[in-house]
Amino acid sequence: MVKYTIKRILLAVLTIIVISMITFFAMNAIPGGPFNSEKAASPTVIAELEKRYNLDKPVGVQYILYMKNILKGEFGVSLKTGRKISSIIGESFPISAKLGLCAAIVAIISGIILGSIAALMRNKWPDRLIVFLTTLITAMPSFVMATLLLYYFCMKLGWVQAWTAGSHNIVLPVLALSLSPMAYITRLTKTSMLDSLGQDYIRTARAKGVPQLKVIFVHGLRNALIPVITYVGPMVAAILTGSMVVESIFTIGGLGSKFVSGITNRDYTLIMATTIFLATIMVIANLITDLVYKLIDPRISLD
Amino acid sequence: MSDNMKKNLLSAQVDLSKFSFQDFEKATEEEKRQQDVMGESTTFFRDGMRRLRKNPLAMGAIIVLALIILTIFLAPVIIPYGYADIVKGSSNLGPFEYSTSELAKIAKGESVFPHIFGTDSLGRDYFIRVVYGARVSLGVGIFASILVLIIGMLWGSISGYMGGTVDIIMMRIVDIIYSLPDMLLIILLAVVLNETLTPVIKGTVLAKLGVNMIALFIVFGLLYWVSMARLIRGQILTIKQNEYVLAARSIGTSTPRIITRHILPNCLSVIIITTALQIPSAIFTESYLSFLGLGVSAPMPSLGSLANDARSGLQTYPLRLIFPALAICLIVLALNLLGDGLRDAFDPKLQK
Repeated sequence: MVKYTIKRILLAVLTIIVISMITFFAMNAIPGGPFNSEKAASPTVIAELEKRYNLDKPVGVQYILYMKNILKGEFGVSLKTGRKISSIIGESFPISAKLGLCAAIVAIISGIILGSIAALMRNKWPDRLIVFLTTLITAMPSFVMATLLLYYFCMKLGWVQAWTAGSHNIVLPVLALSLSPMAYITRLTKTSMLDSLGQDYIRTARAKGVPQLKVIFVHGLRNALIPVITYVGPMVAAILTGSMVVESIFTIGGLGSKFVSGITNRDYTLIMATTIFLATIMVIANLITDLVYKLIDPRISLD
Repeated sequence: MSDNMKKNLLSAQVDLSKFSFQDFEKATEEEKRQQDVMGESTTFFRDGMRRLRKNPLAMGAIIVLALIILTIFLAPVIIPYGYADIVKGSSNLGPFEYSTSELAKIAKGESVFPHIFGTDSLGRDYFIRVVYGARVSLGVGIFASILVLIIGMLWGSISGYMGGTVDIIMMRIVDIIYSLPDMLLIILLAVVLNETLTPVIKGTVLAKLGVNMIALFIVFGLLYWVSMARLIRGQILTIKQNEYVLAARSIGTSTPRIITRHILPNCLSVIIITTALQIPSAIFTESYLSFLGLGVSAPMPSLGSLANDARSGLQTYPLRLIFPALAICLIVLALNLLGDGLRDAFDPKLQK
């Protein structure tokens, strides 16, 4: 286990380094420096500015300096607004994190419940309805789903207030974010529950006279949930990328919408910093998922 | 035959000593025919197709896809509007509405082709835009999947067949690419390629395709092939153990020939199924990038960009979102169901 953990952590660190390199060098490949886009400044001013931001050094050195600053928590300044990126992230990430956490909890709980219902009532109408709905949800891009939710519940029915400075109703954004992970978890739970209910230990439990509900929840569901844990890492990634769309549509000032506006404004330093930041979160989520998975299921061989 | 041999009471064995030759007669031709095994011999492909035909969902999906493809190819021929043609004075029409000038034409006895889905804010026929959008989205999906297929197949088959150090190095590269957050890098690369490629391809044939489209394909070619490569490598590792591969190698068949002739045809079903399921994910990625403004270049529509453009006038013209959204859902749903059906029909592991 220790060997595996070390190996896995090393791979995660390597991945983050690769991501930061790709991001940095790709961004550097864009023609035109940050200072010759606006009004033409005098060459001496540009040279002075480049020296101040270390742009006169070779790209490799720039990368190392940039990474050193990131480790210190300094992501540089936004090209368009001139604000510190670390403070942009600092104020917008908690909003995204809250939204994402709510969405994850909703997705996991409802996904497991729906998946178990579908497995226990296999080929009856609740199962068919759940399969139909999950198939439908997986066939819809997230931004279409979010827009339709906004249109029907905010504009047409007026049930929910849109996100404004005054009211922070997170029901719709959370719903929009959680639907597609929920559909995935439902499917996953259903298949692994069916698999688990067909195992020998279930028959043994029934033969011993364990009550039906206890068989389902203690023996069946507990074992069925192990594969669901593998989805937690990908779910974090899905929610983070989904939040870009959902936050922009519901005009929530989280990190996702900041990233999208960075793309629209071609704010390269912001894009670069946010990419590295989000990618690191995703890699860490994957790492934790893998480690927890190996930890709770002793049947999985460690190599 | 000794009578003192112990005979099992329950034995079904006939005591032949009690019979003579005359007790038997030859079977007639009809009786012989009854002994024949019924049913024709079948191939793997025919067997799979038979199972696919029995799956109503998959057949429905095939019919829907066929209708969509038919519409995509026939509509531009039949409908007299182009996707970028602006019909003067007929902006923001509802479905089957006519503008005043068109009504005047109809009054004069001329025939005006109806705007089936209405027109958009610039007065372009919306039906033809949705049709072209579906064309672009499906095209992107199919070509991106083929690209993924080719790269993944080459990488996976070489890695799986060679084994040893080559395999280890190639699979470590796959591991690293696999652990990269693909959507973030797609966005990043799309932004970068947008900026860097535009001057490079100016004036060439590629410029017509649009820089975003090329960026999309490059991104797919760079990042999305890894799961395909893993899958094919796994398949090859099992197929490689078969005797016929050993036989082929022992008569001196070259490695590329063994891979293409003996190994790849055997993992064909897995490849087809994965490719079918890859198309919807490519369509999703394209629509996502269109939402971020990194999709196909205007005035060329894609379903994603149409749905995204419709968001601004959502309150007054919700149908403009509904039509392309419905088209995406139909295409993706049909492809998903078809892919599932193909997997049920052709995946040998699921056969009972």
